[in-house]
Amino acid sequence: MFNIVEKRFYFFAFSGVLISIGLIIMFISVSSNGTPFQLSIDFVGGSIYELQFSEAGADEENIRDTFARFGEESVVIQQLGDEENYRWSVRGNFESQETTQDILDALETLAPLDRDSLRIEQVSATVGQEVTRAAFVAVAVAALVITGFIVIAFRQVPKAVRYGLCAIAAMVHDVLIVMGVMSLMGMLLGWEVDALFLTAILTVVGFSVQDSIVMFDRIRENIPKHIGEPYETIVNRSIWETIHRSLATQLNAFFIMVAILLFGGETIKQFIAILFIGLLSGTYSSIFTAVPLLVAWEKGEIPLLEGDEAISGAEA
Amino acid sequence: MRRHWFWLVAIVCLTAFSVWVVLPEESKGFTVDLNNDAEPDWVEFSQGLDLVGGLRVLLEAELPSDAYTTDELRETSNSVSRRVNALGLSEATVQLQGSSRVLVELPGVTDPAQAIDTIQQTARLEFVDFGGLSANQVSQLIGQRILTDQQALIDIARAETLAEEEASEAEATAEATAEPGETETGTADLPVEQPRIPNPVTGQPFTTVLDGGMLDSAIATFQQVDWLIQFELNDEGAEIFGPFTASRVGSPLAIVLDGVVLSAPTIQSQLTTGGVITGNFTEDEAKQLALQLRSGALQIPLRVESAETVGATLGQESVERSIRAGIVGVIVVLTFMLVYYRLPGVAADLALLVFIALNLAAFMLIPITLTLPAITGFLISIGTAVDGNILIFERLKEELRDGADLDTALDSGFDRAWTSIRDSNLSTIIICGVLFLFGQTPGASIVSGFAVTLGLGLVLNLFTAVLVTRTFLYLIINYSRSPVTSRRWLLGA
Repeated sequence: MFNIVEKRFYFFAFSGVLISIGLIIMFISVSSNGTPFQLSIDFVGGSIYELQFSEAGADEENIRDTFARFGEESVVIQQLGDEENYRWSVRGNFESQETTQDILDALETLAPLDRDSLRIEQVSATVGQEVTRAAFVAVAVAALVITGFIVIAFRQVPKAVRYGLCAIAAMVHDVLIVMGVMSLMGMLLGWEVDALFLTAILTVVGFSVQDSIVMFDRIRENIPKHIGEPYETIVNRSIWETIHRSLATQLNAFFIMVAILLFGGETIKQFIAILFIGLLSGTYSSIFTAVPLLVAWEKGEIPLLEGDEAISGAEA
Repeated sequence: MRRHWFWLVAIVCLTAFSVWVVLPEESKGFTVDLNNDAEPDWVEFSQGLDLVGGLRVLLEAELPSDAYTTDELRETSNSVSRRVNALGLSEATVQLQGSSRVLVELPGVTDPAQAIDTIQQTARLEFVDFGGLSANQVSQLIGQRILTDQQALIDIARAETLAEEEASEAEATAEATAEPGETETGTADLPVEQPRIPNPVTGQPFTTVLDGGMLDSAIATFQQVDWLIQFELNDEGAEIFGPFTASRVGSPLAIVLDGVVLSAPTIQSQLTTGGVITGNFTEDEAKQLALQLRSGALQIPLRVESAETVGATLGQESVERSIRAGIVGVIVVLTFMLVYYRLPGVAADLALLVFIALNLAAFMLIPITLTLPAITGFLISIGTAVDGNILIFERLKEELRDGADLDTALDSGFDRAWTSIRDSNLSTIIICGVLFLFGQTPGASIVSGFAVTLGLGLVLNLFTAVLVTRTFLYLIINYSRSPVTSRRWLLGA
C-alpha cells in the first residue's frame, strides 16, 4: 500500500505551487485591470449582443464603427465559433431600448441579421450592484452555514474542530484553485466571472465538503477498530479504503460533464469547465490535502498548532 | 423479504405514475384537471426563456419611492399585465418585484423591441384646452412637448429621482474608476433634452380637461386615408367633456400623448360620448396606441433596468443539445456502473432510471421552469446520484473481501454507508439553499434554476440511492443466490 500520508509534504508543496501560481496570476490581473477576474455585465452592468448574421459582410472593424456611431466607443468584439458561422459577441454599455433597436437596424446594413438567433442581455448599473451585493452575502452565508454544518456533522468525534478546520482548508484550497484558473482563463480567453461562476464556486464548495466528510467518516470509523496502530497508518488505510469510491464518483461526474462539454449548449460550457476543475480539485484535496493535514496537525507539524504526538514525544 | 416486496410494489407504482406524468398528452388516455380551467394540468415541461426564446424585462418606477403608493404600483403593473395579455402571448407573466419594480416575461414573443415599446410607454392621454391660441400658434405646437398641469407634477417627481440617482451614482463611482460616460447609464432613456413648452399666452402650464383614465374603449380604425383611433368616454368623462365642448365650440382642443401634441382639432360641436384621435398614425402605431389606451395609462412611468432577448431558434438548439448531452452522459454512467459493479450495478442502474423518472415528474408537477442552468443542475445530479450507490457497493465489496457472508455484507454495506451518504449529500443541499436565495436577486435569477434542480436531485437521491437500490439489490440477490455465491465476480468483488 503506497503511503500517501508519508509523502504529504510533496502534496502540500504541489498544492502550494498551484495556488501560488493562481495568486500571482490574480495579482497580475489586479495590477493590469484592477480586478482579479474579468467581471461580466451581471456584476458591473452593460450589454451583451450575440449577433447572428446569415451571410458574410460584417467584420470586427465595421461592427466597431457601427457601435461607435451610437456613442459606444469602447465595445469588446469577439467572433464566436468558426468564421463561416458569422456569429459575433459584442459587449458594450447599457443602452435604452430605442438605441438598441437603432444599433440592430444599423448592423442589418452590414449583413442580414438572423433575428431568431439573436441574444441580447442588458443590465443596468443598479441591478449589477445589487447582484454584486447579493453575491457577497451568498458567499458569507455559505461560509457560515458550511462551517456550522461541519461542526454539527463531526460533533461526536473527538477533536471535531480539527476535522472541521481541515475540511475548510481543503475547501479553501479548491476555491483558490478554481479562482486561479478563472483568472488565467480571463486573461487568456476573456472568460468572464458571472452569476454562474459564483454558482460553480459554491457547488464546488458543497462537493468538496462532501468528499472530505466521506474520508473523515472512514477515519472516524477506523480509529476504534485499529487501536494501537499509529494514527498515520490508520489514516493511510482509510484513504485507500475510500479511494475507489472517490475515483468512481469523480469518474461518473466526469462522464456527465464531458458529455455536456462535447454535446451541450454553448452558453453553459464555461460553467461546466469551471465546475469540472473544481470537482477534480475537490477529489484531490480531500485525499491529498484534508487528510494529510490531519496527520500533520496530529504530529505537531503545523506551526502554532500543537499536535498530540509531539506532546507525548516530548514527555518521553 | 416481505418488506422488499412491499417497497418494490411502491417503487414500481411511483415510477409508473412518474412516467405517465412525463408522457406526452396524446398517449395519456385521460387528463387531470385539478384547477378546472378546462386545460389539462401537466401537458409539457415549463420551459424558461432561454429555451423557448422571448423577452424578459425588469422595469423600474421612474419616480422616487415616496412619490407613489404601493397601490399605484400595483395598478401600473395591472396595466402592464393588460397590455401583455392583449399581445396574445399565452405564457406571459407580469410580477411585482419588491417595492419599485415590475418583472415582465414574454416567452415566445417574436418582436421583442415592439413588445417593450408597447409595455413601457406610459400612454398618458390628455385632452388639453388650447383655447385662446391663434391658429398659427396651434400649428406650431403640433408635435411639440408641452407643459400641462398633469405633466408638471410628473416632471417635478422625475427631476427628484434624477437628482437622487446622480448623487448616488456619483458617490458610487467617485472612488472607483470614474469614467465620464458611466453616469448616463441608468438615465439614458429619459427624454430630458427638450424643455416642455408652457401656454404661450399665459406662460402657465396648459389645462388638462380630461385624461385617458376616463376612456371606456379605444379601437384603431381606418377611415378614408388615415389610421385613427375611435374612443368612447365613460360616464365620468362624458360629464366633464359634454359641458366643456359645448362651451368651447370653435376653439381648438389638443390631444396630447405623453406630453407630445398629436393633433389639435377645432371643436365642431358638443361631444359627449366619444370621438376620434388623429395624428398621422401608421397601422401599427394606431393599433399599439389603441391597445395602450384600452389597457389604461401607466400611473407610474417605468424604465428598463435589465432586459434579456433570446431568439427562438437559439433556445431550441440549446434544448436539443442538452438532451443529447444528457442521453450520452446517462448511457456512459449506466454502462460504467454495470461493468464496474456487475450485479449491484444492475440495481444501481435501475435505481438511476427511477431517479430520472421521479425527477422529470417532479419538474412537471411542482412545476419547475426548465432553463439551461436548470437542466445542467439536473444532469450534474445524475452524475453524482450514483455516489450513494458507489459508497454502498464499495463497502459491500470490502466486507466480502474481509470474509463476511453475503447477507451480512449486504446489511452492513447499507447500514454503514448511510451516515456518509446523508452527511455528504447534506452539505451540497445546504449550498443549493444558499444559491437559491442568491437567485432571488433579479439580476441573478439564472442561478435559482440550477439550485432547485440540483437540490431536488440530491434530496430524491437520498431516497433512490438507498431505499430503491436496496430493494432491487436484495431481490436480485435473493433470486440468484446460488450463482452469486459461487461466482463472486458477479458482485464486482
